[in-house]
Amino acid sequence: MKDTLNKAAPVIEAKGLNLTFQTGDGPVHALKDVNLTVERGDFVSFIGPSGCGKTTFLRCVAALEHPTGGSLTVNGMSPDEARRKRAYGYVFQAAGLYPWRTIAGNIALPLEIMGFSKAEQAERIERVLELVELKGFGKKFPWQLSGGMQQRASIARALAFDADILLMDEPFGALDEIVRDRLNEEVLKLWAATGKTIGFVTHSIPEAVYLSTKIVVMSPRPGRITDVIESPLPKERPLDIRDSREFIEIAHRVREGLRAGHGDEV
Amino acid sequence: MKEKALPVLAVLGIIVVIWYAAAVWMNATWVYDQAERAGTTVSFAEVVPQTMAQDRPLLPPPHQVAAELWKGVAGQAVTSKRSLVYHGFVTFRGTMMGFALGIVLGVALAVSIVRFRVMDMSVMPWAIISQTIPIVALAPMILTVANQLGIDSREVPKAVISAYLSFFPVLVSMVKGLRSPDQMQLDLLKTYNASEGETFWKLRLPASMPYFFASLKVAVAAALIGTIVGELPTGAIEGLGARMLIGSQFGEPLIMWAALFAAAILAGLLIVAVGIVERVARKRMGVPA
Repeated sequence: MKDTLNKAAPVIEAKGLNLTFQTGDGPVHALKDVNLTVERGDFVSFIGPSGCGKTTFLRCVAALEHPTGGSLTVNGMSPDEARRKRAYGYVFQAAGLYPWRTIAGNIALPLEIMGFSKAEQAERIERVLELVELKGFGKKFPWQLSGGMQQRASIARALAFDADILLMDEPFGALDEIVRDRLNEEVLKLWAATGKTIGFVTHSIPEAVYLSTKIVVMSPRPGRITDVIESPLPKERPLDIRDSREFIEIAHRVREGLRAGHGDEV
Repeated sequence: MKEKALPVLAVLGIIVVIWYAAAVWMNATWVYDQAERAGTTVSFAEVVPQTMAQDRPLLPPPHQVAAELWKGVAGQAVTSKRSLVYHGFVTFRGTMMGFALGIVLGVALAVSIVRFRVMDMSVMPWAIISQTIPIVALAPMILTVANQLGIDSREVPKAVISAYLSFFPVLVSMVKGLRSPDQMQLDLLKTYNASEGETFWKLRLPASMPYFFASLKVAVAAALIGTIVGELPTGAIEGLGARMLIGSQFGEPLIMWAALFAAAILAGLLIVAVGIVERVARKRMGVPA
């Protein structure tokens, strides 16, 4: 299936995407004329203040919201179709593990629903636990794990069924900075090891610059893209790359983009 | 354990003291009357012992109730019509039937209310209204209807009355429990393309279990009260409710009080039993002990 896809075909392609919510206070323009192309293997970060539509865009890709205008394709299909084809795994801001299931049981949840055999479930659980460095924690219950470990388990859950896109909505937003640094490193390793396409929502500039090959800067009211930055940083990124001149330059450009978005808002 | 027992025992001690004082005060009237009729006078020191051992006291003191209770429980064969074990078992059986029926009804209604908006709008208000009708008024009607339908067994109307009281806490808690998963949890299952059935079995139902067990303690107590009320107007001769009524009608307060305490002990045992079931279930669901 994967091999038959044209390598050059974009994984996510949005053209003139619009989404308007009807609320009690009148229509809210959550996304306006969003154009974006994400290639296979990209690590794309979405950054911007709250209300800029970064999460909404990710939810559109996951078919959790439905655009009111424009076109959006995921792997060349509509988002709904892509979901049925298990195109993506989604990681939410909270780990959202079921307290009544063990870590292994939580990872088994999507596998059960998708109808994998017991033997294959066990084999996949082992593999993804190793991938997120939680080997040996399968029999623990969520409350026995720290917040960072819980979030890693939720990433393992999203990886378990081989979706080639990983959508992450501020996955480390609730964690402290030390844990966050460590998980950022791990996500990069994971990305290098699996070759997945990752969509990552954040409001941390260093996080966005450190992780991404492509940074999408957004601004609110109406939610729109103000800048798309292709990162020149190498794929191999030690944590101290954040002190390099290139890193600081990109971070500066992101900050400028955010400020510009705010400028015409007043 | 010691720290837990002390306050409970202290309160129990206070209750017993107040009870004795009240027994002296209430039963003394009879002693003074007797003395007046006999044309003698009695001192307070003579009154007190006489208030403790009357055949038909207005308020039997604790030791008389305890003795009667002991006589009822251990003093006869458990098959005897005078045995509180026998009557207690009849009430227990009725309670269990009503409890089971109430759980089935409460869970079934909750599931359909959460699943169908129409049920939410049509059934829920009636469920609430049903609990505002005094069960004492309703019980005789249920008996009459059961009779009309040709149901001879007293067990059925008793179970219905008991279920009528016990389904409600289960219903309310289960509705809340089945709705407890937040939007993120529901979205997660949506990303797996899970069906509504899978959402129910894998998320809503397990998430509702803590609510379910919390409601069982209330429901089992309600089922017991329902059963006892169901035993009152039936002309029933079996069960703790019937025993209480007999004691009251024949002016045998000791029988009434003993039955009352037997019912309280039964309620305590039932709640402890539900608590044990809850603890086992919670442990299996991975809740920290």
